Amino acid sequence: MAAKSNLINMAACLTGVCLVCSAILGGVFSMTKEPIEEASRKALLEALSVVLPARGEVNPEARSVELDGRTYEYYEQTLDTAAVCWAVKSTVGGFGGPLTLLVGVEKGGVVHATRVLSHSETPGLGAKCETDAAFIDQFKGFDTATKSLKVRKDGGDVDAITASTITSRAYAEAVACAVRAAAKIQEEAR
Amino acid sequence: MSKLSIITRGLVKENPTFVLVLGMCPTLATTTSAMNGLEMGLATMFVLILSNIVISLIAPVVPDKVHIPVYIVVIATFVTVLQLLMQAYVPQVYATLGLFIPLIVVNCIVLGRAEAFAGKNGALDSALDGIGIGVGFTLSLTLIGMVREVLGSGSLFGWKFLAGDGILAFVMAPGAFLVLGYLLVLFNKLAKK
Repeated sequence: MAAKSNLINMAACLTGVCLVCSAILGGVFSMTKEPIEEASRKALLEALSVVLPARGEVNPEARSVELDGRTYEYYEQTLDTAAVCWAVKSTVGGFGGPLTLLVGVEKGGVVHATRVLSHSETPGLGAKCETDAAFIDQFKGFDTATKSLKVRKDGGDVDAITASTITSRAYAEAVACAVRAAAKIQEEAR
Repeated sequence: MSKLSIITRGLVKENPTFVLVLGMCPTLATTTSAMNGLEMGLATMFVLILSNIVISLIAPVVPDKVHIPVYIVVIATFVTVLQLLMQAYVPQVYATLGLFIPLIVVNCIVLGRAEAFAGKNGALDSALDGIGIGVGFTLSLTLIGMVREVLGSGSLFGWKFLAGDGILAFVMAPGAFLVLGYLLVLFNKLAKK
């Protein structure tokens, strides 16, 4: 079957195969580049439309703010050229790995809505933070001036998901971080 | 060997999951639901068929000592192509399967078939072998996914027939081992008859 190996035909064969394969990959990459960008842009816009109120304009260009040695990416929503709301990407350590949220924060530190971007929580337990409407909805209009972003077990006002205190704690923490980042953004803009 | 038996062999006699017991990593990790199992199976089948065809064509001219690296490059190319296509056209599926798509490169079923079959047979037979093993793998993963989804989430292909939660352990890793073990026993018992 296979040809007898010598240095020249081994090198030639590997070089040839690698060249052909990289050419194919280059072709497919440039072919799928636009659809991939389109898909991720669509996913982002969809998430933004959930966490931000339906008004004004959202700048789909990500910006970043530094707070406590961490960098937060955010998207700004403007109404008549004045910034009114920020969608902040916030990552904290959950139960199974990093938990990343997109949090819409209005002027004055009121949470508009939240959305899970990625998580690795336990299916059926912590993973409910993505689907449990009762849990997610309590963050809608959550006013950090009067209520505390901690689970009830820790003396706050967030109702935890049953049997998933650690995930709920992480979720509340991520929202709190986003609110703090939004406060920093407002401070810097002043 | 007849063309038909090349295909059917992959379904029962040489079923990659229940008889050859190959590719256990994606089998255990991605079968949390029937749909996930099905998608993972189809993704693997895509790579398997294409790499089998290409490898069977180039095998006669590849020097013996470098045939493994050459096969891996071919397989990795198809996996990356699949990864880019999925990211572009089915981002939802890509998000659920995520890491396990690039890991198809090191799936021992794919390299195993290249070594054991495609390297020694013609393109048509190799394609049929890819289809047979691929369908066998897909059906096995879907079956495991179905059992785990029914017991673990009380639903089937996303259709919920039970309010509330199922037995959560079946969605998690221990359930994967349990279901695989019992199905393995059942399959081999039935296949022996």
